[in-house]
Amino acid sequence: MHETTGVKVFRVAVITVLAIFTAVPVYVMITSSMKPLRDVQGPFTWWPSEITLAPFVDMWTTVPLASYFINSVMVASAATILSLIIAVFASYAMSRYKFFGRSIFSTTILSTQMFPGVLFLLPLFLIFVNINAATGIQLVGTMGGLIITYLTFSLPFSIWMLAGYFDGIPHELDEAAKVDGCGPVGALVRVVLPAARPGLIAVAIFSFMTSWGEVLFASVMTTEANRTLAVGLQLYSTQSDVYWNQIMAASLVVSIPIVVAFLLLQRNFVAGLTAGGVK
Amino acid sequence: MSVTTVEPPAQKPTVRPQRKNRRPKSSGWWMPYALLAPAVMFVLAIQVLPMVIGICMSFIKLTKAFIANWGSAPAAGLANYSITVDFNSAVGKSLLSSFFVTCGFTVLVVGLSWMLGMAAAVVLQKQFWGRGFIRTLFLIPYALPVYAGIIAWKFMFQKDTGAINHFLFDNLHVGGEKPFWLIGDSSFVAMLIVAIWRLWPFAFLMLMAGLQSIPSEVYEASAVDGAKPWRQWRSITLPMLKPVNVVLILVMFLWTFNDFNTPYVLFGNSQPPAGDLIAFHIYNASFLTWNFGLGAAMSVLLLLFLLLVTGIYLIVVNRRSRRA
Repeated sequence: MHETTGVKVFRVAVITVLAIFTAVPVYVMITSSMKPLRDVQGPFTWWPSEITLAPFVDMWTTVPLASYFINSVMVASAATILSLIIAVFASYAMSRYKFFGRSIFSTTILSTQMFPGVLFLLPLFLIFVNINAATGIQLVGTMGGLIITYLTFSLPFSIWMLAGYFDGIPHELDEAAKVDGCGPVGALVRVVLPAARPGLIAVAIFSFMTSWGEVLFASVMTTEANRTLAVGLQLYSTQSDVYWNQIMAASLVVSIPIVVAFLLLQRNFVAGLTAGGVK
Repeated sequence: MSVTTVEPPAQKPTVRPQRKNRRPKSSGWWMPYALLAPAVMFVLAIQVLPMVIGICMSFIKLTKAFIANWGSAPAAGLANYSITVDFNSAVGKSLLSSFFVTCGFTVLVVGLSWMLGMAAAVVLQKQFWGRGFIRTLFLIPYALPVYAGIIAWKFMFQKDTGAINHFLFDNLHVGGEKPFWLIGDSSFVAMLIVAIWRLWPFAFLMLMAGLQSIPSEVYEASAVDGAKPWRQWRSITLPMLKPVNVVLILVMFLWTFNDFNTPYVLFGNSQPPAGDLIAFHIYNASFLTWNFGLGAAMSVLLLLFLLLVTGIYLIVVNRRSRRA
């Protein structure tokens, strides 16, 4: 294909500007994490005066980062698994059945995107406190409360994306499984799910990222015992000295697993989006 | 599958499976409801029920004194609302200014993010050397945990130790005083840049997925007819991406208008009026003064506003597509 110079110039310009815009904060994060403390307390420099890995060692003791990390991993994993299971059943119903209330359900579930988090934050907190008083099940200050809260955050988008994905899988596959003696759940588990693997992976990444990055509810529903990274990372700046090099090192460490996972699986994500409502 | 011969086969397959699914032999009518039950239960318990309680809370005088025993808080009628919308009082005035800041912020963030995402998606539509790498790079801000990205920017926006002022004043030698980016009026610009940095890769991702469904033959055919790239974008890309754009812009609007993370992580406990987004404002109004009734009233007004805008948006979009 022949391309005019205008198109080429436009492409190079767009890519250059966006690449710089995207990469500079990442570059600053990486280089600053390897700077000695005096570098980040004085005027900014684009390169460390000496490269040191001390921030990556010290960051674990300035705040109890390891325990926040473990809490985040547990909360995000549990919320992802539960939300995935729930979304699979719901999307299968949306994709394969016509039933009364179907459109009400899909409208309600999408409209939850509209709810301002601050509106249901406090009532939810009070409900958890009351449940604790009534039954003894502790939801505030434990992981359970955060897990069930987070799983509902990713549900709407997951159901929407998975239902679209299931729609793309021919109904004949389920029918064939039923002829072979599977029930609807058997057909779902044995035939539809294996065929929907890319979509499932995409939804799982999305749920995990949602839980891993949530700040508002984490700031209210966590106590010292179950603090997650979203809140924990901010504790570096409440120390008497602001250890920017350690903050950058910690940000880098908590980002790497999720960024790598996302980038490796981005094809699944795009495929999931294409199959979902994006048609 | 056997096809009955009387009716045209083109219609048959679309009608038949639905019929069958309505009453599957192996299961009852309750099957879809059973499948949906867990999702409905959790969404009701964690989102809908608390929201209804939140709406009730906006009608009671839920202040510090009653927070431990909130059932006994006295009814306030519409008092919380009348304080909120009394724009001569301090509470009403700051809420109104926060609302305008949020409106300006949302329009700029959604508009610019969409433009950047669209430019990047179009530019990366064709295969060229290094495309995969560029695409991966562009998606990093979206993949980073929210707070990690914002904290990096917070460091860059520091007055004396940050990269932005260093670049402007020491590298480019712009004259004058180094500004504070996170205090005062500049905080709006800082917040805007961070929010766009976070959001545009999402627009890029969605538009890229949407572009994949446009067959390349359409472009080739139009090129044969002499269409220039700009014309192709306007007459092919834009109309064919419309279903994506309808959802994308709505979702970006709702997320940005409710954005709490950006000001919360960027500004912490200092709340510059120019960076006082409405979700952040309500959070502070509720949790700093412990007047939750008032905070709930503000949230309900916010919800009503979002419902109204969403409703109008969907009506306008649907009407346009019907006319077209």
